[in-house]
Amino acid sequence: MKVQLQHVAHTRSGDKSDTSNIAVFAFEPEFYPLLKQQLTAEKFKAFYAGAIRGDVIRYEVDNIEAMNFVCHGALGGGVSRSLCLDNYGKALSAAVLGFEIDVPDALLPKLHGQALMKKA
Amino acid sequence: MKKIIRIGAGAAWWGDRVEPAQLNAEKGQLDYLCFETMAEATVSAAQVRARRDPSFEGYDTYLDDRMKAVLPACMKQGTKIISNQGWINPDAAAQRIVHWLQHFGYKGVKVASVNGSLITDKVLSMTDKILENGLPTSSLAPNLISAEVYLGAEPIALALKEGAHIVVTGRVADPSIFMAPMMHEFGWDPLDAKRLGQGMGIGHLLECGAQVTGGYFSDPGFKDVPEPWNFGFPIAEVESDGSATLSKVAGTGGAIHLRTVKEQMLYEVHDPANYLTPDVVVDFTTAKIEQVGPDRVRVSHIGGKQRPPTLKVSIGCTEGFIGEDMFFYAGPGALRRAELAKKILTERFRIVGLEAEEIRIDFLGLNAIHGAATPSDAPEPYEIAVRVAARTKTREQAIKVGREVDGMAVSGIGHTGKRVPHADRTREVIGVWSSLVPREKVPATVRYFES
Repeated sequence: MKVQLQHVAHTRSGDKSDTSNIAVFAFEPEFYPLLKQQLTAEKFKAFYAGAIRGDVIRYEVDNIEAMNFVCHGALGGGVSRSLCLDNYGKALSAAVLGFEIDVPDALLPKLHGQALMKKA
Repeated sequence: MKKIIRIGAGAAWWGDRVEPAQLNAEKGQLDYLCFETMAEATVSAAQVRARRDPSFEGYDTYLDDRMKAVLPACMKQGTKIISNQGWINPDAAAQRIVHWLQHFGYKGVKVASVNGSLITDKVLSMTDKILENGLPTSSLAPNLISAEVYLGAEPIALALKEGAHIVVTGRVADPSIFMAPMMHEFGWDPLDAKRLGQGMGIGHLLECGAQVTGGYFSDPGFKDVPEPWNFGFPIAEVESDGSATLSKVAGTGGAIHLRTVKEQMLYEVHDPANYLTPDVVVDFTTAKIEQVGPDRVRVSHIGGKQRPPTLKVSIGCTEGFIGEDMFFYAGPGALRRAELAKKILTERFRIVGLEAEEIRIDFLGLNAIHGAATPSDAPEPYEIAVRVAARTKTREQAIKVGREVDGMAVSGIGHTGKRVPHADRTREVIGVWSSLVPREKVPATVRYFES
């Protein structure tokens, strides 16, 4: 079943100059391989089309079941130059919570936030 | 050598809350209380203010609030303080702290200031290229207002060795503020990459304060934490090899668990195997994290590699101005009115000849935050703020943004909600660029003061 990423992972963004790093953390170890397989750097960048102007580099951090997406050209030219109200991109990590992930039926009981589940 | 040292966070940035710092001072049984009060742009902002306001002292504008809150408990319990509240004037900050020590009746307390990070006068002769675009740093000369090097933990550890009870610095890498007491207490060699890597990793987990205890974390229904209005700042119980257990004062809100620690571990990190700091290159990909009790997470096996031969310097330059303002729509059809308002403003900016490098007209409530990444099927909101911003070369041009938003009051469209302008709607842009300097060219100097 396809579900929003927010049911399988949590995210946090950080800023440095014009680069935002958006880290994605599997809620459960079983979700990590799904994320690795389905949330590629290409798909990530396409999901943020127009908001991330430069390259996206994906680092896999297996020991904490996380991936770090380093997104160049994501902060409007840099925190101090940006015309965006959220010039640090603190809320940028929330967009990808809406990315659709295909989860095998056997793992559905492990999804987080089931009370707030919307069929994606 | 102590077996365990307790290092607590007192601030994660200039605007951070003061109450949790006081709580850590009073109830954290701390050996060290550490304050991080800068952001990338803080020093540039301080320079701008210093140019405009000769009475500005050049240190953390909340220095008095913070010191008044923590000094009594820290002095009573023998907790040492390390802080980068010195901004562009660590000596003045140290003297102000001496003033507060005397005020509370503590005599003979040694306060150290760490100088040397500010290299505005020398930066162009010390640096070669701008990291972001490869241009020579000399191209920044006409607009240069500040340059500060990120110093490491060594001068702080030196000051502690010399008996300082409080150390106040200018720009120092954030995690170094928290790692310096480990270096000092455990006698780590500055080139011991293994231990420094582990310690610096712990410093990184502490430097953002409540971000590891449940702040910038909770999301109702998905990631709930108890009493998010009552976060405690983190405390690290550090062992002699740098491994540490993260905890917080009992009875505070928030949480410390694997998820809060993981999120902070990658915060503002690029390559997790190579997190560059002045003291060591940290490798988080070997880290082991374990929940060892309620709100207690032990972190070990963070790796370290030899520190780089260069230090990073942040160069602040004037780059023009931003003008901005907003006005409002609500009710059925809010979006169609906002769209017409956008068209009117676009035409008016053409009519008044607004010269801008970039103009942005967003609908706050629909697409102002995620911009182009907003889903095309996002639902129409009931209320919308039209938020307008432009970046310009001169203040005269930036002023046009607010003036044309004023025009929307009676020369706009129906149902326009608008504020009477009560604040300056323009601000100066301080662009921040980076470069590298050989570390031997920027020696730190430590001065001592006594109450």
